[in-house]
Amino acid sequence: MMQAGSVAWFAQHETRLAWRDWAWLLSGGRRRRRYTIMLGLVAFVVFTHGFAYLTLASLGGFAGPADKTLLVAVGGTLVLYGSLMLSQAMEAVTRAFYARGDLELILSSSARAERLFAVRIGAMALSISAMALVLAAPAIDVLAWLGGARWLAAYGVVVAMAMSAVAISVSLTIALFRAIGAKRTRLVAQIAAAVIGASFVIGVQLVAILSAGTLSRAVVFQSAAVLDHMPDRESWWWLPVEAAMGNWPALTVVLALGALLLAAAIRFGAPRFGELALAAGSVSHAVARPGKRTARFRPRSPGQALRHKEWRLLLRDPWLMSQSLMQLLYLLPPFFLLSRMFYGEGYSAALLIPVFIMAAGQLAGGLAWLAISGEDAPDLIASAPVTAGRVWRAKAEAVAGGVAIVFGPMVAGLAMIDWRAGLIALCGIAIAGGAATLVQYWFRAQVKRSLFRRRHVSSRIATFAEALSSILWAGAGAIAAVNLWVAIVPGVLALFVLGGAWVLSPKRA
Amino acid sequence: MPEIIHQAALEIRDLAKSFDRPAVDGLSLQVRAGEFYTLLGPNGAGKTTTLRMVTGLLKPDRGGIAVFGIDVLTDSVAAKQVMAWVSDEPMIYDRLTPLEYLYFVAGLWGVDQATAEARAEQLIGWLGLAAQAQERCEGLSKGTRQKVALAGALVHEPRLIILDEPFTGLDAASARLVKNVLRERVAAGCSVIMTTHILEVAERMADRIGVMCDGHLVAEGTFDELRLQAGAGYATLEDTFLALTGSETTHGPIAA
Repeated sequence: MMQAGSVAWFAQHETRLAWRDWAWLLSGGRRRRRYTIMLGLVAFVVFTHGFAYLTLASLGGFAGPADKTLLVAVGGTLVLYGSLMLSQAMEAVTRAFYARGDLELILSSSARAERLFAVRIGAMALSISAMALVLAAPAIDVLAWLGGARWLAAYGVVVAMAMSAVAISVSLTIALFRAIGAKRTRLVAQIAAAVIGASFVIGVQLVAILSAGTLSRAVVFQSAAVLDHMPDRESWWWLPVEAAMGNWPALTVVLALGALLLAAAIRFGAPRFGELALAAGSVSHAVARPGKRTARFRPRSPGQALRHKEWRLLLRDPWLMSQSLMQLLYLLPPFFLLSRMFYGEGYSAALLIPVFIMAAGQLAGGLAWLAISGEDAPDLIASAPVTAGRVWRAKAEAVAGGVAIVFGPMVAGLAMIDWRAGLIALCGIAIAGGAATLVQYWFRAQVKRSLFRRRHVSSRIATFAEALSSILWAGAGAIAAVNLWVAIVPGVLALFVLGGAWVLSPKRA
Repeated sequence: MPEIIHQAALEIRDLAKSFDRPAVDGLSLQVRAGEFYTLLGPNGAGKTTTLRMVTGLLKPDRGGIAVFGIDVLTDSVAAKQVMAWVSDEPMIYDRLTPLEYLYFVAGLWGVDQATAEARAEQLIGWLGLAAQAQERCEGLSKGTRQKVALAGALVHEPRLIILDEPFTGLDAASARLVKNVLRERVAAGCSVIMTTHILEVAERMADRIGVMCDGHLVAEGTFDELRLQAGAGYATLEDTFLALTGSETTHGPIAA
């Protein structure tokens, strides 16, 4: 029998919660047969490994001794994974501070809260490792298949990086609390998490645009300019890369370093978690600037009231903004490419059309989910003297308005270079955005806005239909720039996807 | 279709709704214009289900509902125009200020801008929300949120106010304030139908009380009439309520 309040007792408690959370994530909150979930997992493993094989098999050169190009490619990939892990870890740490959940119960009990926080920091490292391993496993397995078992050491590097990412996040968040206070830390940490998650990918793409005029991030790793600026083969900087490639002493050092950082974060961070969590809980809530902004909120009609409400709620939610920001940040490279084209360097404008359409579909899907499923006062809206049709129309207009604000200037810029490309992008954005909104309407379910991150889990059919439809419309847009008639094929396929989604939608069933 | 009687603020005829089991079963009741009507009943009696059907949030399996002669089931938009609904869980937006929330609700009900502003200012004053008017709702206490929700319900000047457990989470001062506002609305000709578990509130405020049990209206009338229906020896409303809804009286409705 475990002693109540001990580290092991808290670990058991956390494991039980994490397991149920994980089960919910896999089943989407519905009861499913075990073999259905297993079948889905097997399909996922086969698909991701197949994809990794197709990508890596053509490159070759993984079996022999590593040259500098391979070192840079592996190192760049590790930094890419590291930035994603750091982003996830920062979000997890911020959530641990601000999500009230059971914190008040535990902090008000006689149990030593630092034990719980020690377990929670460890659990974060575990969950970040698990996520990173799931993402990295196909590439590592294929590399081991093509280049020998030594590549399996990369698993250890991923775990070490996850431990380091959590340690850095805990230290950063505590430093932010000290420096700028509990109130601003949440906003800064959430936006930082979004920016860190996207910045490396975007940075590499920007360099790729500058160096070769493409959006491929692989190009930059192979360019002479990058290779010349990298440290020598013998440098300590390559230690994680050497470890990933099967250098066991290097792997031992990397793992030990990660474990040491995590242990230090637990030792010094856990005792401070309690006081910081209390500080986060007692943050005095924001007071709107009197006068101007409230004065502007004067809806004249039900439709206007609903549209303005949606926009205002989104603008005032830093977490949702950071989630949307992540999508918008990925538009920076194409926007940069657009600005280069504007100065007449002869790139094809058609390259931007699918990027815009795809991003617009994704953005519209997110906004539509917030407006339709994430309504915080459904009874108020339902009891208002407004027809359901008018409510949905106003919400769709709010989504369209948001998409227009983001993409309007970009499409205008594109149209100035090539009016036909601008027109195709405009039509594609409208259609892809409308399609994503329709999918969200058909699969609507009343949930809290705070579950935005889990919207993909609640209905996999909706997620799949929304993504596939956006991809097909993006393809149709790209093809339309070359041949309008051939674009009908992906367009018709997209309509089939929408039709399928409608047939399978719960509201229709 | 059951016959709908006009002139009443609310007229319910043979209303029924089942989920796994019947929640409301053949309910008929009438609330007069300008009347304060309170629905009492144990948990699961069907009170909230009834009110949600009246406000158009649930579709009944059978029966008829009319609000000031407007059939809720066939002309819900017109019926909603004269009604307001306040649930036990305040339906407000965390990231709007109380003032913005009131403007939003006024916009939903199509109240013109100048009127909305005047009423919002007035309600903010009445309900003692001036200090929090520019503060986002996420930081407000449960009682204050409930007052904001009530202000939202009143901003379009409804003729029928429907409240489900409006005193949940309110402190004594706030509860008195809300009672005073509701009394003032009734004095101005508004009708109120309210559910509550606080029997003292029902006794003091209601013109008539309806007692529901297992989806049926088991008794209805003034406090004195209910005492008569329960039988001799029941001095307080609590005794009367327990007698009316207790095991000895759950086998059939008591005639009003």
